[in-house]
Amino acid sequence: MKYNSIIIGGGLSGLLAGIRLAKAGQKVAIISSGQSALHFSSGSFGLLGSVDGHSVTNPVEGIKNLPAVHPYSKVGAEKVISHAAEVKNLLSEAGLTFKGDATANHYHLTPIGRCRPAWLTLDDYATCEDLAAIKWKKVAIINFKGYLDFYPEFIADELKKKGIVSVSYTLSLPDLERLRKSSSEMRATAIAKYLKGDNLDLFATEINRVLTPDIDMVLIPAVVGLDSEKPLVDLRSKVKAPLSCVPVIPMSVGGLRCQMALRRYFESLGGVYFLGDSVSSGYMKAARMVSVETVNLAPVSLFADNFILATGSFFSHGLVAEPHKVVEPVFNLDVRVPSDRDEWFRKNLFEAQPFMEFGVDTDPQFRVKKDGKVIENVYAAGAILGGCNPLKEESGAGVATVTALEVADLILNQK
Amino acid sequence: MEYQVKNISPNNFEQCIKCTICTAYCPVLAVNPDYPGPKQAGPDGERYRLKNPEFYDKALKYCLNCKRCEVACPSNVKIGDIIQMARLDYDKKPVPLRDWTLANTDFVGSMATKMAPIVNTVLKMPIVKKAMDVTIGVDSHRQFPAYAGRTFESWMKKKAPDQSVYARQVSYFHGCYVNYNYPKLGQDFVKVMNAIGYGVRLLEKEKCCGVAKIANRLVKEAKRDAELNINSIRKAVMEGHAPVVGTSSTCIFTMRDEYPHLLGVDNSDVREDILIATAWLYRLMETEGVKLVFRPDYKARITYHTPCHMQKLGWTIYSVSLLKSIPGVDFVPIESQCCGIAGTYGFKKENYAYSQAIGKDLFEHIKEANVDFVATDCETCKWQIEMSTGVPVYNPISVIADALDVEATRRANGLV
Repeated sequence: MKYNSIIIGGGLSGLLAGIRLAKAGQKVAIISSGQSALHFSSGSFGLLGSVDGHSVTNPVEGIKNLPAVHPYSKVGAEKVISHAAEVKNLLSEAGLTFKGDATANHYHLTPIGRCRPAWLTLDDYATCEDLAAIKWKKVAIINFKGYLDFYPEFIADELKKKGIVSVSYTLSLPDLERLRKSSSEMRATAIAKYLKGDNLDLFATEINRVLTPDIDMVLIPAVVGLDSEKPLVDLRSKVKAPLSCVPVIPMSVGGLRCQMALRRYFESLGGVYFLGDSVSSGYMKAARMVSVETVNLAPVSLFADNFILATGSFFSHGLVAEPHKVVEPVFNLDVRVPSDRDEWFRKNLFEAQPFMEFGVDTDPQFRVKKDGKVIENVYAAGAILGGCNPLKEESGAGVATVTALEVADLILNQK
Repeated sequence: MEYQVKNISPNNFEQCIKCTICTAYCPVLAVNPDYPGPKQAGPDGERYRLKNPEFYDKALKYCLNCKRCEVACPSNVKIGDIIQMARLDYDKKPVPLRDWTLANTDFVGSMATKMAPIVNTVLKMPIVKKAMDVTIGVDSHRQFPAYAGRTFESWMKKKAPDQSVYARQVSYFHGCYVNYNYPKLGQDFVKVMNAIGYGVRLLEKEKCCGVAKIANRLVKEAKRDAELNINSIRKAVMEGHAPVVGTSSTCIFTMRDEYPHLLGVDNSDVREDILIATAWLYRLMETEGVKLVFRPDYKARITYHTPCHMQKLGWTIYSVSLLKSIPGVDFVPIESQCCGIAGTYGFKKENYAYSQAIGKDLFEHIKEANVDFVATDCETCKWQIEMSTGVPVYNPISVIADALDVEATRRANGLV
C-alpha cells in the first residue's frame, strides 16, 4: 500500500494534519491504535491561557514570552496565529461550530463552575467574554435524577461569588429512568444516545415547565448532540430561555462529536483511517523511513514519502514510562528526559510536573531523531513533542492543532 | 521489575484505566440498559469475579462479542475476551435446547440439506415460525437462510480432478454457510482462483469454526471442533505450502483469535496463514503481480458494510480496495457500524428487538445510499441487512466473480 503521507495517531493532531494534507490532494492514511484523548475534551480548546502562572489575555503576546524549546517558539508567533485561524476554518468545514479567536482569549465554565481561559469553545458550551462581564442575572441549573457526573451545587456556589442568583432543578425522563438500572453507566454519552427525537421534546417541555420569566440562562450538563450539533440546536429552539451546556465528567459528548466529525471529514477527502491497528515496525534506508508494518496488515507494508508521528503523550502511549526510562514505543526515537528519575516529578502534585514536558527530540522542522540522527521524512506533531506543560498553560489543543498544520505545511512545501 | 511481570494478565485487564471510551462505542449499551456495558462487564467485573465467582452477572449474555470495545480501547485491553471468558467460565446453567440447535450448525445443516425443499418450506410457514417463537424462543420475525439441496463439499468432490491440475494451490475453508446454504459463494471463489491460476482444495476435514458454539457456551464441543480444524489447517499449510483462505470474516476471525484466546487452542504456527479471501487476493496482487481484469460492461453502485469481526481484523481496506478497483463500480462509503445480528444472538427472541435497534442507523444509511447492492464479508450480516433493508447483499468474492473477465484475467496472468 502506497500513500503520500502516513500519520501514526488518529486524535486531534493526526486528524488535522490528515485533513490539511488530503485537502492539498495527498493520499493519506491514519493509523490509530484505539480512540484518542479528544474523548476527554471539555468542549473548549486552549491556545495559551497562562504563562508562568500569569493568565494570558492575548495569546499573540503570550507566545513571545515562551522558552525556545516550546513548540510555539519553534513554529513562530505569527505562524501560530495564522495556523490557529486555519484550524477554526477546518473545524468549521468538518461541521463543528466553535466560538472564539486566537487574538483574544475568552472564558469557559468548568465542571465546577470556575472560569478558565479558552481559544475555541464548541457553540454548545457556556462562555463569557471576560471574567467581570457575565451578564446573567438568574440562572436555572438543570440536572437529571440519578446522574452523578454533574455538580449543580459547585456551580451555584461559583455563580454566587459573582453575584449571580441560581436555582437548581432535577428532572427525569422515562427513558433515562431505564438507564439508571445500570447506575455506573449513566454517563454523558449514554444519555446523549437517548436525548433525541421525542425525548428531546420531552426534555424541552420539562425545562420550560420549571422556568420562571426572570431566568435568563439555563445551564444543562453537556449531554446533548453526539453525532452532530443538531439536537442541541433543536433543544435551544424549543426552550424559552437561552440555554448552554456545562462540561461534565468524560466521556465528553462534545469531544466525541469532534472526533467523529473530523474523521468523517478526513474520510470524505479520500483519507484512509485504520482504527484499532498499531505500527509494529518501520523500515529505514539511510536517514529516511521507507515503510511501516502494522499488527493487522503485516506482511503487507505501508509505504509513504512522509510520516507524521502524532501518537500523543503518556495517556495515548505515545510515550511510555518504565521504572528508569521513558521510551517512544513505535520507533524507539530519542526522547528529552532527564536520566535521573528524581527530576521527573515534584512531590507537590499541584506544581508544574516536569514529566508533562517530556517529548521526542526534534530538529527545528519537527523532524524526529534516532540515535542522535535526524530522520529526514518523519515529523512529530501534537502532545508527543513535549516542551510545554499543556495543563498549566491551557495549550494542549493549541499545540496539537498548530503543530499539525505546521508539519503538514513543511511536508507540502518540500522541494 | 519482577513485580511488574507478575502483574500482567493475558487479557491486559490490569491496563484498564477506567477511561470508559469502550462504553461510548458499545452498540448494546446504547439500546439495552440491562447490559452493564463493556467496562463494568469486562475489566471491572473481572476484579470481583476473581475474588468470588458469585459476582458473575448473567446480564453478560447480552454482549454480542462484536469486539468494538477492543477496537476503541486506547490501552489495548482485551475487553471482549474478558467478557466472553467470564461467560464460559462462570455461567454454569445448562445450555437450552434452542441454543444447542442454533449452535450446532454442522449437525443441523447436514440433516437439513438432505431434505432441503421440505425444510425450506416448513421454516417459511408462519405457523412453524410462531411455534418456534412460542416454544423455544426463536424470534418469528427471523427468516432462516434457505438450505441448499446439495452441499458445497459434494460439488467440490466432483471438481477435485479439475482443480488438481493447477500448479499452484490454495486451501479453502468454506464454513457452514457455503456448505449447507449457499454453495454459489464457494463456486465464485473457485472461479476467481482458477482465473488467476490457483486450484482450490478443501481441508482434509472441516468442522464448523465454532463461533456459534462459543457464543452458546458449548465450550467442550467448540474446542473439539477447533482442534480438528487447526490440525487440518496445519496439515494444509505445512504439506501444501499454501494458506487456508475463507470467505466468512467471522470464521476466519474465530480461527485466528478466538481459538487461542477463548478456547486455549494453540494456532501460533499457522495463524498468519489463515486469511480472508480478499486479504489474500490483495496480497497476491501486491506481492506476486497477480492481475484481475474486469468486464467493461459491468456497472454497479455499491457500498461495503464492515462486519464487526472484519473491523477487529482491520482488513476492511482489502475488500474495499478490491471492490473499488472494478472500473464499473460506483462506490458509496458508509460508516462502520454493527448490524446487530451477531450470529445466533439476533435469532433469540429475547434479543430480537435489541438486535434491530442496534442496526437501525446502519439500515437507514444503507437505504439512503441508494445502492444496487451491499457487499460484505459476513453471512449473518447479509441476512440481517437483507431482512431489514430489502437491499441485496453479496460477498466481495461473488462481486469480483461476477465482474471478472475470466479469459482476459487468464491472459493477463500469463496462463493462456
